[in-house]
Amino acid sequence: MENWQDQKSYIKTFTEDECAISTQDLSVFYGGTVQKLFNVSLGFKKNTITALIGASGSGKSTFLRSLNRMNDRVARVDGSIMFHSLDVNQSKINVYELRKAIGMVFQKPNPFPKSIRENITYALKANGHRNKKKLDQIVEESLKAAALWDEVKDKLDQSALALSGGQQQRLCIARAIALKPEILLLDEPASALDPVSTAKLEDTLKQLRKKYTMVMVTHNMQQASRISEYTAFFHLGHALEYDTTTNIFTNPQGEITEKYIQGSFG
Amino acid sequence: MNAKKTNRIAAGVIYFLVGIVILLLIGIIGNILITGVPHLSWHFLSSESSSFKAGGGIRDQLFNSLYLLLLTLLISLPIALGAAIYLAEYAPDNWFTQLIRTTIEILSSLPSIVVGLFGYLLFVVQFGLGFSILAGALALTFFNLPTLTSNIEEAIKGVPQTQREAGWALGLSNWKTIRGIVLPAALPGIITGVILSAGRVFGEAAALIYTAGQSGSTVDYSNWNIFSPTSFLNIMRPAETLAVHIWKVNTEGIIPDVNVVSAGTSALLVIVVIIFNFGARALGNWIYKRLTAAKIK
Amino acid sequence: MAKKEQDLQQVVEDALAEQKVPHVKFKGIDPRNIDVDRLTKPSKETRQERWGKGLTFLAIILIGVLIVAIIGFVGMHGLATFIDNKVNVFHFLFSTDWNPGAGKNHVGAAAMIVTSFAVTLLAAIIATPFSIAVALFMTEYVSGKRVQILQSFMELLVGIPSVVYGFIGLMVVVPAVRAVFGGTGFGILTATLILFVMVLPTITSLTVDAFKAIPKELRKSSAALGATKWQTIYHVVLRAARSRIMTAIIFGMARAFGEALAVQMAIGNAVLMPYNLVSPAATLTSQLTSQMGNTVMGTLPNNALWSLALLLLIMSLVFNFLVHLIGKKG
Repeated sequence: MENWQDQKSYIKTFTEDECAISTQDLSVFYGGTVQKLFNVSLGFKKNTITALIGASGSGKSTFLRSLNRMNDRVARVDGSIMFHSLDVNQSKINVYELRKAIGMVFQKPNPFPKSIRENITYALKANGHRNKKKLDQIVEESLKAAALWDEVKDKLDQSALALSGGQQQRLCIARAIALKPEILLLDEPASALDPVSTAKLEDTLKQLRKKYTMVMVTHNMQQASRISEYTAFFHLGHALEYDTTTNIFTNPQGEITEKYIQGSFG
Repeated sequence: MNAKKTNRIAAGVIYFLVGIVILLLIGIIGNILITGVPHLSWHFLSSESSSFKAGGGIRDQLFNSLYLLLLTLLISLPIALGAAIYLAEYAPDNWFTQLIRTTIEILSSLPSIVVGLFGYLLFVVQFGLGFSILAGALALTFFNLPTLTSNIEEAIKGVPQTQREAGWALGLSNWKTIRGIVLPAALPGIITGVILSAGRVFGEAAALIYTAGQSGSTVDYSNWNIFSPTSFLNIMRPAETLAVHIWKVNTEGIIPDVNVVSAGTSALLVIVVIIFNFGARALGNWIYKRLTAAKIK
Repeated sequence: MAKKEQDLQQVVEDALAEQKVPHVKFKGIDPRNIDVDRLTKPSKETRQERWGKGLTFLAIILIGVLIVAIIGFVGMHGLATFIDNKVNVFHFLFSTDWNPGAGKNHVGAAAMIVTSFAVTLLAAIIATPFSIAVALFMTEYVSGKRVQILQSFMELLVGIPSVVYGFIGLMVVVPAVRAVFGGTGFGILTATLILFVMVLPTITSLTVDAFKAIPKELRKSSAALGATKWQTIYHVVLRAARSRIMTAIIFGMARAFGEALAVQMAIGNAVLMPYNLVSPAATLTSQLTSQMGNTVMGTLPNNALWSLALLLLIMSLVFNFLVHLIGKKG
């Protein structure tokens, strides 16, 4: 794959109105000099799921974590991130408000060692929500949205750590949704889960698509093809190809993309 | 000599040396407890010490030790907690942080007598506090700060990074994440660290001889007015602790039952240290289980 | 290859087909309308952040100021002997004539310096083989419960207050030394034996850490070459841990050098150049402990004591420096 830079590539573009969030020439540097991401410009269409695929170290997670400025503490991020016609990759941007608008779910389920209810209400309370009735309602709604309500409605005050891995991950989604974000970023949300939990999680995501824009990093090609409308392929810190999932999987332009997809399926 | 034989001899030597160390350990702790525990009567614990007759107790010294420990923790805990949070969560990786870390290392390796003398110079003489509980607590704070800070920092660093990320991703400020998520998760480790450092403070004498003083004043346990010179709560009165008491009776050698008083007091100190050592871990584990238990309530 | 491509096609088509039929009807909360203005304005979180960072930074600065103050104050008083009282530094370091009450030509601290170093070095020399043996025992020979028991015993040993060691010294070591060697029983040997027990756990626990840090593969590959346990220990474990063992010993020496009360209770407190190990002597710390209360602030005898304290402080810095030096090299 030495000549990867010469490969044919296609990057799908959307108009700004179609996009929930988009990046322009996004580059990420670690430790001042080590560049992990090279001028990535991608737009993510509203109310769709976009899968980011690519080998380990291809920069897809780095890219995802830059979108809600989670890399601020460890890396320098150049370029712009457009969100509501505003470049949110500026120091004057209030990252706390930004992260409330762009939720994130991580690779490993990371519920707080608190009760299920508190996991969801903790951030709300920090935002000044005090009305107990309202909070209970949000807990119920977000757990329902995350398809977890039926399983936990009788034990909301038990520790979240007692849930199974799959339930914990859906709780993390519920926790993110409770803040009513516009966008959900998912960093390999199913990689630590068993097949049954994964299926449930995918179901949940498919339903959430109606209202949220989701960007999901995944190693699992089947998963990408099962639930995403669009797919971007990352290679060595570059976004090499971006198109509808159908096109990427059935008719990839570049040789590397094709090899990666076949290798990962085979 | 062949390799097998050397191997056997080496193992023999190691077991022999370890055996001596174990005998030494048992001997020391056994000696302290066996000679001391029989003297730990209620009378001994509840009566005043005598300055020249036999039969004195250690009531005031025991109270002073506990009171000083409490005050020391009250002063040093907030500072150590703040410093540990800064080092674990905020400190950038630069020369300044490096300097601060070196500083804390230096403070932790300073001989306690030097810390005590500094306390004497600054508080007792310069600030005119005189030999007092306050001066002693401040000196013990210096003595305690580096250990406590690094204990707490370790506990905080033990909290998985994913917990912090969860907080940040919800739009919580770093500070709110630390206070609401990281600190509760680190609590068992913090408590263990605090108790372990408390054991060290409880037995410290060198830092106190010239700060809290070597003599007890008349203490009235029914006087709750903290400004009254005889009140047991007055922080401006001089106060001899258990450890200082052992040192004083042995170096002065005035009372005839030096050995009895010292042995009893030593046993008490060691028992307290044992309780602190094992209690710290047990309590930490218990809280950890409570926090992460499957069922709350 | 063709077969594989067909399979791939099938998998993708199945998956895409499945996508089009979501089975449950979605009800849930709507995203809120993002108020773009809030993205550019500081919020409660911004203030919290500033407050938290400021508060914790303050604690750090406090500790920094503290150490500067300690060095400053002790340094100022310690140097007064040489600046105000015009005592010659070489006289102070190399003369054994210690009688500061008699004037500036009688402020020789050599006897105490030599004694301090003597007890420190002797304690470290005795403790090191024991520490290494115990550490090897705990990491290479046994495992599980026995290690834990030994470990908690060691921790207990660290926790025993130094006055208690001093008292045991008076009760047990002094009479024993008197019985064997005659004399008073007070002296360098007695102090050394007490310090040996006190530094033993320090050196041991750091040495255990050093051994534990050595990768298991190194031991395995050595054993795979047919080396006996001792050969592995000697050629692999001890060699790899060499610099960290040195660090452990220096930490132990720092503890011994700065220990005041236990030594002061056992050494006899006579400022004499030690000519044998069982005659009364005095270390820097023991002299400080026993005399600070007997001098008047600002006079030469008092300043001379502060010079001893300064010397202790400097030695503590030197030990720290050595640890860093070895850390860099090792």
